[in-house]
Amino acid sequence: MSGAKLDPQVALAELQASKPERVTLVVLSGDMDRVMAAFIIATGAAAMGMRVTMFFTFWGLNAIRREGVQGGAKDWLRRMFGYLNRGGADSLPLSRFHFWGLGTRMMKLVMKQNRMPGIAELREMALDLGVRFIACTTTLGLMGITKDTLIGEVDQFAGVSTYLAEAREAQVNLFI
Amino acid sequence: MAIPSDVKLNTLGLFCPMPIIKTSKKIKELTVGQVLEVVSDDEGIKKDMPAWCETTGHEFVGLAEESNGGLIHYKAYVRKAK
Repeated sequence: MSGAKLDPQVALAELQASKPERVTLVVLSGDMDRVMAAFIIATGAAAMGMRVTMFFTFWGLNAIRREGVQGGAKDWLRRMFGYLNRGGADSLPLSRFHFWGLGTRMMKLVMKQNRMPGIAELREMALDLGVRFIACTTTLGLMGITKDTLIGEVDQFAGVSTYLAEAREAQVNLFI
Repeated sequence: MAIPSDVKLNTLGLFCPMPIIKTSKKIKELTVGQVLEVVSDDEGIKKDMPAWCETTGHEFVGLAEESNGGLIHYKAYVRKAK
């Protein structure tokens, strides 16, 4: 340690001034509307100068899967599951009124007519604003989704400790 | 109400969070003290822009409403503070 002693109050004030507020979002849902809300909050927070981390788990992983790519799970059970559980930004169903795809298609059409960004555009914007993506390794394995089928921008593959280490430092923590 | 501005940003037709995202990008191009005028037809901007300013530390100068063929255009003015 150096001889110079810092006034603890001054040091803290400096630290707080330089430290951006943090936001974490756990995205468990793979529903289009919920994922959309998550990305809107994430991009909004980033635009407000906050540091944002999105932690994707379970169905939420579908939001960061590449479109139309099937998982390469080894055992047949997980392969089957991966086949049934389609992923990709454009494949997410609405939480209500999905109607075997018809309702979701109608919603997408209305969004397009109103020039509202879709999931893929929002996700791109989030990355552009420096939002960090973390994929949960446990649920990746459970759901038969392999790393190589996710988008390349995933920052980390981690578990609950990584999430909690981030969350305890954050001022806003959301579970979607 | 006319507030003088240095730079204009058109976000007409764009929904939340686009006006705020575009504002956060545009403000970087200004020098400290300059005023940015953000035009939007999303009513949410009335509350969102002051909230954005409070969080980011920029100064919220004011808001003007203009009727434009039945559509209301909101003009939010932000002074770059840092």
